[in-house]
Amino acid sequence: MSVAASADAVAPAARASHLVKRFGEATALAGISFTVGAGELFGFIGPDGAGKSTLLRILATLIIPSAGTAEVLGRDVVRQHWDIRARVGYMPGRFSLYPDLAVEENLAFFASVFGTTIAREYDRIAPIYSQLEPFKERRAGALSGGMKQKLALCCALVHRPELLLLDEPTTGVDAVSRREFWELLAQLKASGLTIIVSTPYMDEADRCDRVALIEGGKILATDTPSAIAGSFGRPLLSVKAKDRYRALLVLREFPHLHTVFPFGEVLHYSDERKDAPPDQVAAEVADFLRAKGMEAVEVHPIAAGIEDSFMERLA
Amino acid sequence: MTGGAPVIEVKDLTRTFGAFVAVDHIGFEVQAGEVFGFLGANGAGKTTAIRMLTGLLVPSAGQARVAGHDVYTGSEAIKRSIGYMSQKFSLYEDLTVRENARLYGGIYGLTDGEIKDRVGAMLTRLNLEAAADTRVSAIPLGWRQKLAFSVALLHRPTIVFLDEPTSGVDPITRRQFWELIYETARAGTTVLVTTHYMDEAEYCDRISIMVAGRIEALGTPSDLKRDFGAPSMDELFLHLARPAAGSARP
Repeated sequence: MSVAASADAVAPAARASHLVKRFGEATALAGISFTVGAGELFGFIGPDGAGKSTLLRILATLIIPSAGTAEVLGRDVVRQHWDIRARVGYMPGRFSLYPDLAVEENLAFFASVFGTTIAREYDRIAPIYSQLEPFKERRAGALSGGMKQKLALCCALVHRPELLLLDEPTTGVDAVSRREFWELLAQLKASGLTIIVSTPYMDEADRCDRVALIEGGKILATDTPSAIAGSFGRPLLSVKAKDRYRALLVLREFPHLHTVFPFGEVLHYSDERKDAPPDQVAAEVADFLRAKGMEAVEVHPIAAGIEDSFMERLA
Repeated sequence: MTGGAPVIEVKDLTRTFGAFVAVDHIGFEVQAGEVFGFLGANGAGKTTAIRMLTGLLVPSAGQARVAGHDVYTGSEAIKRSIGYMSQKFSLYEDLTVRENARLYGGIYGLTDGEIKDRVGAMLTRLNLEAAADTRVSAIPLGWRQKLAFSVALLHRPTIVFLDEPTSGVDPITRRQFWELIYETARAGTTVLVTTHYMDEAEYCDRISIMVAGRIEALGTPSDLKRDFGAPSMDELFLHLARPAAGSARP
């Protein structure tokens, strides 16, 4: 059995150990470790500057780590980069297709680079490419944002990769297109593809099998979205009042405050007393707000979401 | 929110590019001190509408007055009355914090004395005095955003336009930024903001949702959710914008 074949049989789709990347004085990745299993839809979730793009570029073998090791499909990202490149599809964060080539020309180019043709790979890309085909003679530069993104995904898929690396595919994309894109990813996952995706949108975490929360070049937590949400560990309340901004300022004066943040139409309040009964805390907070003259006060305990947990780890 | 004349008045505003109708007879008013969310899918016409309201693009038809100035005849006066900030570009990375603030103060016609006073006060308020002589490229993204917002307010505009101001920042910084927006609105400056975060749509006093060049919904977040029977802003947005997505402009 060849080394590569045995690697395929047992290896996770990606694995990193104490991975570090420095750019001059700046440390983009400060020693991160993780394992992504075959067939997983795995998300790296964090804000701009967290290190997501650097990490995906290392996994795509475009840059090499300063220290630590990473393996993709059982192969070392530094020593076996050619072997990896034929097996992964990478979609960079910035639109990186040829704007002056037509839709079909871009796709044909990427196919030919990997020694194949659109016709041969049609069944793999059809669910996405069929949406682009009516515009296949249009210049890629003249497509809308959502269509560019779908073309880029087609180009990343055309050589039938085993692993898809998507760097912020939904950044700056509206809520409708974002949802459609995640529906496409779910279809691709169902076909057996492993997908690693990065995003700054917390609400996309629930679409992943597992996520790593990343900030400042470090992984803060790696787990299923529900386990991360469930790890919040203190009473959390939804607070509603007539004047939301004033309620926020008033709550900052509450003696047992841990954090308070706006969350859509409500505020999320967490208490410094980790083991206090949430119902009792809710009653105290409601009384406090009313005593301060707030109107239409509604307070009740809620289960934390992944964004609450992320902010708890950042704070 | 106060009474009196609206600071943005739009009626039947339309812009075509050849046969394509990018903005199709939109109408709305925004009151002084209001936080107005300007939402829509990519390609719905938001950017074209904002370019007309900021005096950068002449409408094909319809009327609009911004800060009391007509968009056809008063585009220069409009530009002096508004502030603008976008996530994509607002500050010069190779200039220091102070140099950026001075540059924008100068562009907006402040005197040297005004620039000195206001920039100093701004740096104190933002707690950025220690970083005043640091290049913008070397300060954290969250600081940069607060700085860009404050710089856009340096000439004390009537209205500030914020184009996806919080895109890509961490959830705490995003919320701190919204507190700045609230403070600004409470002080009387009108805020028109675009965002792809539906939770942020809830932070607005009123929102409009554009679909294929038209405003399909206009009102407070809670009224719109009730009127359309949508449990959340996300559902409301999908309900309105999705039918058009299939026929979207490629």
